[in-house]
Amino acid sequence: MSIAATILIDALSYASWLFIVALGLTLVFGVLKILNIAHGSFYALGAYAAASFVGWFATMKFAPGWSLVAMLLAAVVVAALVAPLTERGLLRFFYGRDEVLLVLVTYAMFLILEDATKLLWGANPYYVSQPYSLFGNVEIGPQVYVGYDFLLVALALVVGVAVWWGLNRTRRGKIVLAVIHSEEVAASMGVDVSRVYMGAFTVGIFLAALGGAFTAPMISVQPGVSVGVIIVSFAVVIIGGLGSIPGAAIGALIVGLARSLAVHLAPVAELFSIYIVMALVLMVRPEGLFQQTQARKI
Amino acid sequence: MAVAPPAPRRSAFLVGGIGLTAALLVAGVFLPKWLTFLVTMAAARGLVSLGIVLLMRGGVVSFGQGLVFAIGAYAAALAFKRFAITDAVGLACIGAATATLLVAPFAPLLSRYRGIFFAMLTLALSMVAFGVLVKTESLGGSDGFNMGRVTVFGQSLGDAHVGYVLYAVTIVIAAVLALAARFYFDSTRGLVSLAVRENELRVEYLGGSVRRVMAINFLLAAFAGGAGGALTVMSLGHIDPNFSYWTTSGEFVFVAILAGWQSVLAVFVASTVLEVVRSFSSSYFPNTWQLSLGLFLLFVIRFLPRGIGSLWVERSPSRRGVASP
Repeated sequence: MSIAATILIDALSYASWLFIVALGLTLVFGVLKILNIAHGSFYALGAYAAASFVGWFATMKFAPGWSLVAMLLAAVVVAALVAPLTERGLLRFFYGRDEVLLVLVTYAMFLILEDATKLLWGANPYYVSQPYSLFGNVEIGPQVYVGYDFLLVALALVVGVAVWWGLNRTRRGKIVLAVIHSEEVAASMGVDVSRVYMGAFTVGIFLAALGGAFTAPMISVQPGVSVGVIIVSFAVVIIGGLGSIPGAAIGALIVGLARSLAVHLAPVAELFSIYIVMALVLMVRPEGLFQQTQARKI
Repeated sequence: MAVAPPAPRRSAFLVGGIGLTAALLVAGVFLPKWLTFLVTMAAARGLVSLGIVLLMRGGVVSFGQGLVFAIGAYAAALAFKRFAITDAVGLACIGAATATLLVAPFAPLLSRYRGIFFAMLTLALSMVAFGVLVKTESLGGSDGFNMGRVTVFGQSLGDAHVGYVLYAVTIVIAAVLALAARFYFDSTRGLVSLAVRENELRVEYLGGSVRRVMAINFLLAAFAGGAGGALTVMSLGHIDPNFSYWTTSGEFVFVAILAGWQSVLAVFVASTVLEVVRSFSSSYFPNTWQLSLGLFLLFVIRFLPRGIGSLWVERSPSRRGVASP
């Protein structure tokens, strides 16, 4: 019983940050039709920025609670600085090209950002332990869990609801949906499509950076964190169906559960359990769980 | 459906290919050691990218070609270590055959997928292999293992000329596979691949089996990739699970895009360019070589969208006047 609870809570906390990151990925794909390999680099940028911001806040003698604000601020700064720069300065020159070619453009971006991060922050690991200890431990029955894990779950819920509400219940969101549906028709109705692109890309990058910032306390922030995240979040959106918000949520839960089951019951399989699940889902539903089959054009 | 290529074109490729191979073999005698090693690596890894180009002609790109590269390399290294098979050509054949056999069960499945889904599924397969290799202690786990020196036709190789002999073996095998690829591209099935890329449904309506073409292309790509992996490990003398890691696959795709899908020669030129860029930037700016690689890739995609092969391959009449995609 207690092992089941542990597996479940592990899966939930893993799924929560993964959902935040994958939501950004799926949003960018939904609107811009770009599968962004550099998404993991933005996650890494968020984590590094959070490490720096939390450090600065600490040296300025802010109360420990402010480290949460520092992490949020880090994500905002990364999104505001880097997203418009990459979208306007680079991606827009490649719109309308083949999907796979666009994947390669973002692969190039990933290579560039990987070195840029190393140049800015060096190769040594950073540790952001302060926020992690802020929430203490939670005792459920005989087991002790880290309070921070529950914060992540709450954050994922808030982010998920906010993005859903923003897309479905606001005017701007409906414009974004219109662009997703058909950018030509949207443009002919007077929608500034390139602004929607930039906005959606910025929100997507913000989510990646937010995921990075709030996982920074749980990991050692060092070169290479981006690589693992990219592949795992790809698995999530592929399982859930590209461009689908509920898909990202279910995908994150499935991946979180698969990993957590593997870690606790069959540690040998930890590294590839996620990919096996992804391959299985693709075999049964090639378009992902929440994607409608699209008609082929003749 | 398709017309066999005119005979003169075929023999021109054959003569050109043999001539170029001979020239490279002669040049290898005079080249410094580091350069022969660089070209050996370029030719061996170029074979993997050749497989991707073969797939690209049918409209799909594999992001997991590190899988067959690793299978070929591990098969050759294990055959050397466990079964004392030391012949270089034999090991290359073992690598190629094992890679083809091991991925064969996935070929009918993968032939159903296109675009990003094909790319991601192949990526997933290669990452599963990576995970398995890292965890398999008998294969050296994440450290991999070393491989001894191979022989060629029963002759053991001395320190003085081992580099050149492996260079020669690699060049000859690469040349044979490159010519075979050229002939395949111009064959009926090779041309049907191009038709699939243009419009799958029409191919089906005309009686061609798209899935069979895709599956066969995938297997041929695995064969070339396996040979490339075996040749690489023979020259490197060491193998580890990173052969199957996705960034390794990324480099193969990089070379394939750089080359474009028109020319076979371009694949090896592109592969050499990558090796040169890699070795120069890692010695002159060790901290930013990925950055230079990224900028270079962006430059190619932006200004040479059809690859460097498009610099010397004339557009065929049917495509003339059609805006490049």
